[in-house]
Amino acid sequence: MKITKRSATFLVNFVLGLIVFIWTIPALGLLISSFRDREDIKSSGWWTIFPHSAEVKVAELPIPTGETVDKPITIEGVTASFQEWKTGVKLADGSRLVWEGSIRVGKLVRYETKFTANLNFTLQNYQEVVGGQDLTIKTPNGGQTTVKGENMLESFLNSLTVTIPSTVIPILIAAYAAYGFSWMRFRGRRLLFIVIVAMLVVPLQIALKPILTDYVQIGLSGTFLGIWLAHTGFGLPLATYLLYNYISGLPKDILESAFIDGASHSTIFTRLVLPLSIPALASFAIFQFLWVWNDYLVALLFIGIGNRENQVLTMRIAELIGSRGQDWHLLTAGAFVSMIVPLIVFFALQRYFVTGLMAGSVKG
Amino acid sequence: MEQTTAYSATSSGGGEFDRRRFMLAVAGLVAAFIGLYGGFVFLRDSEAPKIITAIFAIIWGVAGIGALFFVANYAVESLPPKWTTRIQPYIFVGPAVVLLAWYLAGPTLRTFVLSLYNETGTMFVGLDNYRDVFTQRIMIEAWSNNIYWLVLGTTTTVGLGLLIAILADRSNFERVAKSFIFLPMAISMVGAGVIWKFVFDINPNIGVVNAVVASSGNPPQDWLRLVQPANNIFLIMVMVWMQTGFAMVLISAAIKGIPEDLLEAARVDGATEFGVFVNIIIPGIAPTLLTVTTTVIIFTLKVFDIVMVMTGGQFGTEVIGVRFYRELFTTGNQGVGSAIAIILLLAVSPVMIYNLWQFSKRQTF
Repeated sequence: MKITKRSATFLVNFVLGLIVFIWTIPALGLLISSFRDREDIKSSGWWTIFPHSAEVKVAELPIPTGETVDKPITIEGVTASFQEWKTGVKLADGSRLVWEGSIRVGKLVRYETKFTANLNFTLQNYQEVVGGQDLTIKTPNGGQTTVKGENMLESFLNSLTVTIPSTVIPILIAAYAAYGFSWMRFRGRRLLFIVIVAMLVVPLQIALKPILTDYVQIGLSGTFLGIWLAHTGFGLPLATYLLYNYISGLPKDILESAFIDGASHSTIFTRLVLPLSIPALASFAIFQFLWVWNDYLVALLFIGIGNRENQVLTMRIAELIGSRGQDWHLLTAGAFVSMIVPLIVFFALQRYFVTGLMAGSVKG
Repeated sequence: MEQTTAYSATSSGGGEFDRRRFMLAVAGLVAAFIGLYGGFVFLRDSEAPKIITAIFAIIWGVAGIGALFFVANYAVESLPPKWTTRIQPYIFVGPAVVLLAWYLAGPTLRTFVLSLYNETGTMFVGLDNYRDVFTQRIMIEAWSNNIYWLVLGTTTTVGLGLLIAILADRSNFERVAKSFIFLPMAISMVGAGVIWKFVFDINPNIGVVNAVVASSGNPPQDWLRLVQPANNIFLIMVMVWMQTGFAMVLISAAIKGIPEDLLEAARVDGATEFGVFVNIIIPGIAPTLLTVTTTVIIFTLKVFDIVMVMTGGQFGTEVIGVRFYRELFTTGNQGVGSAIAIILLLAVSPVMIYNLWQFSKRQTF
């Protein structure tokens, strides 16, 4: 059989579309659910927000009186046993009639199959998760309950407080080091550089226990400074290596003429080398930012499980899974609060993002 | 390193030793340290609103490091030029070297030493911990699960990445498709854990998988807990979902790097699409495939967050990464935990060295 070019392209598009569709379902379901009412989440699937045909309750009727369980019952021209009425009987007009309750006390409910969509959206989950204030919620049976808010805003601020310095500090230190290794001559240069590159192969797991011991001794555990320095240490080999590759490749004559004009190393570094290195700095910055923002292990250890005050988002959400694992209205909204920053970075800086992540493949 | 030339600063403020400037710089250095320490104490003890401490902390941390570099350079450039040339390089590379010595080089040795001692670090036990790592029942479970992760996870990720890269290359919506596949790379593994716990939820009104199962008339299952050992596969799916985008991007770049006229020539000579794929594309992207594979292998060896968040390593899903955490930081044995870390280093380093070697050949920026 000969496949024409056109049908081949169609097949390619179809298969790829299918894969993309499957890839999107998990996150889409979570996103949609985060805007649905807590009761709706439990009682109907998130996919019911799309138009679909379903049985909808259209009316409630009184039950005929004087019937007994053992005799067939005739309603609207259809005769069936009580058991059949209990499970529902299809009428001539296509609707379905169900006897709810007992033979003496009950009601008849009429269902019709219709095209419908469950478009009942709310921002309440986000208010509850972010705002942190106590919320009064109407329960389905008319009463009211008060729920304690989750104040994820605090963790959000903590995540920013941890992530921004943990990104900037290693870049600054690595850029100085990369410049030093590229354009300065000193004793031990080659050896020190090799040691730094060798550190790329060390998985950070190896460092956790000894560093934690040190931190407890000098009072750094649970502090922001402690976690900044930890992320700096773990990010430095990659940062130095990448920036060295870039800075040592800068055009020699530009730096030479600056030296001839009498500029000092620190002037050349801040005025010339840093601005010229922006593409490399940006790629590493994005990689490191996302790495730290999404990190769970390092935060778990250096901030500490019990330290609720400095808890970052990943810790908070992991804790929510443990303590309120069935409260999907909170988990869905909370998860999206934690993803919003990476998603913005992703969409705004996609090009740097990809090069950054490609470079990150050599992080130990 | 050979091709670069090193320069020495010829002048800094006229070349004479400026005593006043030097004293000023030293005073600045002392002031910077005092200021930084004051900020540290403030942050540790402050009861100020969160937003204020957050902003203060960010400025303090970032500006503090910048100030230290600035003041140190200012001081050293006020020295006689001979001394400036001698000392300044160490101000540039010193902080990086010191931090790496403290955070990576030292701990590697210290962890190795810990791995030779008992759980409290008081008695030398030789290689007993290493024997335990390979013989304890729970460790054997963890290792065999990691082998699942390594084999299934890596082949699926790389295979799907290759498939999608090839499809995208020939489709009409390449950019959009690649963005969607790549998107999960942006989010945390904890977030991905939430997303997939939702997918596998036991309530057929919540979990898509159970909704499908229920609509075909079967009872819903507790996939992540009770469906053993297949629950490992469901956890691996989370990793595949996250990492395929990475594999796809690298492979796609490699495919685009194959010269078009080479492909055309083969087609003109009568090669089928399949023949072109096997004989030209695959050999052309082989180094990239290997890099992607090694990177994903490292990921599978170190996997922690996904398992920790979704099952906590219970229900037969234990992996080395979680075991390591439990042995070292909860109720476990720090000797065994350290031994795991050392084994991880030994397992990862050859792969990393290969990656680095490949990386140095590739133009990144």
